Amino acid sequence: MSRSLSLIAGLAVVAIAAVPLTQAIAEKATAKASKAVATQPAPPPAPAKLGLGRPALPDEIHAWDTDVRPDGVGLPPGKGTAKQGDSLFQEKCSTCHGEFGEGVGRYPVLSGGVGTLKADRPDKTVGSYWPDATTVYDYIRRAMPFGNARSLSADEAYALTAYILSMSDVIKDPDFELNQDNLAKVKMPNAGGFYDDDRDVAEKQFWNKSPCMKDCGPAPKVIGRAISVDVTPDDKAGPKVD
Amino acid sequence: MSQKPPSDILDRRRFLGAAGLSAAGALLPIAAKAGEGAKPDPAITELQDWNRFLGDGVDKKPYGVPSKFEKDVIRRDVSWLTASPESSVNFTPLHALDGIITPSGLCFERHHGGVAEIDPAQHRLMINGLVDTPMVFTMDDIKRMPRVNKVYFLECAANSGMEWRGAQLNGCQFTHGMIHNVMYTGVTLKTLLDQAGLKPNAKWLMLEGADSAGMNRSLPVSKALDDVLIAFAMNGEALRPENGYPLRAVIPGWQGNLWVKWLRRIEAGDMPWQAREETSKYTDLMPDGRARKYTFVMDAKSVITNPSPQAPLKFKGRNVLSGVAWSGRGTVKRVDVTMDGGRNWHEARIDGPVMDKSMVRFYVDFDWNGQELMLQSRAIDETGYVQPTKAELRKVRGVNSVYHNNGIQTWLVHPDGVTENVEIA
Repeated sequence: MSRSLSLIAGLAVVAIAAVPLTQAIAEKATAKASKAVATQPAPPPAPAKLGLGRPALPDEIHAWDTDVRPDGVGLPPGKGTAKQGDSLFQEKCSTCHGEFGEGVGRYPVLSGGVGTLKADRPDKTVGSYWPDATTVYDYIRRAMPFGNARSLSADEAYALTAYILSMSDVIKDPDFELNQDNLAKVKMPNAGGFYDDDRDVAEKQFWNKSPCMKDCGPAPKVIGRAISVDVTPDDKAGPKVD
Repeated sequence: MSQKPPSDILDRRRFLGAAGLSAAGALLPIAAKAGEGAKPDPAITELQDWNRFLGDGVDKKPYGVPSKFEKDVIRRDVSWLTASPESSVNFTPLHALDGIITPSGLCFERHHGGVAEIDPAQHRLMINGLVDTPMVFTMDDIKRMPRVNKVYFLECAANSGMEWRGAQLNGCQFTHGMIHNVMYTGVTLKTLLDQAGLKPNAKWLMLEGADSAGMNRSLPVSKALDDVLIAFAMNGEALRPENGYPLRAVIPGWQGNLWVKWLRRIEAGDMPWQAREETSKYTDLMPDGRARKYTFVMDAKSVITNPSPQAPLKFKGRNVLSGVAWSGRGTVKRVDVTMDGGRNWHEARIDGPVMDKSMVRFYVDFDWNGQELMLQSRAIDETGYVQPTKAELRKVRGVNSVYHNNGIQTWLVHPDGVTENVEIA
């Protein structure tokens, strides 16, 4: 026992993590390692290649790699016009999005809203907000129609994209042919409206070494109450639990 | 049990005393006290069924469920928020939980195309794009890789988003319940990427789900190689279908939308993909009409879960104030609590593990004499970030950013114990 014990101890950290040891052995072994290792042994340094998994076949990549980037990479061959998209939209999309993209119920509004981003109640639509036309195509082919995703052909997706872009006059000619070569070149009205997260700089004041603890200001007053708004679901009206 | 009361309790007694003992609150009992003429408690003097008859044998519930007396502790949704339950969200019942681990069945749900029910034998993870060898992994392959266990919070970027313009939903489940804190078991994303071999010009990854929304997000490679996990287990068992079974991404400290569930593909590239969920959604509209993008980190935040509108105070005298705090920038260093709406603050007692990008649990043990309280908590993290007030946040971000509302929450406790969500100034 003592011989094997010292043997194992000699193998140091790698062995500690790899071999199930009793507490006593583990303690003795880790005594030689650093304190940090003693509390939580690091996983054994695995070789970069584990011999697990297999190379993906070209047909498999083709089946799944259908995403589209803002530079147009990934756009499949195909074409469609807003006019063609109009009839498709009425058939497959208007139940939720409305005939003119105005949105039914709380389903997303697709049209209008241009120039409202500074307003008290901004309308963030494809035309008023989305920075890239490619996103429209990617999302339609990825997730639409809601409940029957990935059922549209490349041409149908081009036609629907053209129709949705025409709602905000991004595409003005109903016969303009949108295709894999020109979609990424379409300029969206709000393309320049985004900037990288700047909280570390713009909100520097929120890092405060000594926040006020005592007599921090006048006595506060209630200026708003959730119960006045009255939109909270009734606690008793939860989903049925079997 | 000769433990001395912690000094903060004594401080609080003085503090509450100064706030005025004249307040009402006569309706509430202080505590059940036995005295002369008191009737014996039937819970003690009467024989109870469970003390007499045999209970269920083993295996009655092969997978255990909570007591029937806990039937109200459930996830709830706010039906007017979204168009359909398949692309929607529900909320963790924070007011009914304690400690720091969220039970798997109570973790809030957010789906974009409903829950994908995936046979793990049919699940594949593909890594392609800017790699030396595009690879495919089965679940068995992934479970043969070196594993790690980590506890992390997952907060939806839209948590508290309904509260930007003022108090709207009356309960911390609804104001703060798009969060859970879970122990994950999985492999590091680095381990997986090493199998394919990232090319030097790979700067971004695109993570994609197998659900009917094909949920996808772009993730900087630097984060991917830092602390991202690909997990197959939560709280010691397989992921729940609602949480991405059989495989999900775990992106510590960053907004929940990035934690792609039902993960089936990772593509390496040299630019972000500008997916719908990182342009149209999950960008933060500022007052000048421009929007912040890639606002991945969740700022430090906290909320008092008890008392809160769904868990009012029931007794005068001794009470436990409790809450949770978290920060996407690391560990929570301190939580302060005020009972007078922010005029005077006291350090709360953090109990339980304090871990990187995990929730902490805090308490204030206090005596309440029935006066009105304006309760708030503020988290301070290891970087020195102090959770701001809503007014301070609005000064920078306006009221239309939807996401990242980490402002200080106020609960107003009335003399009868009823607690409500209020906005104060």
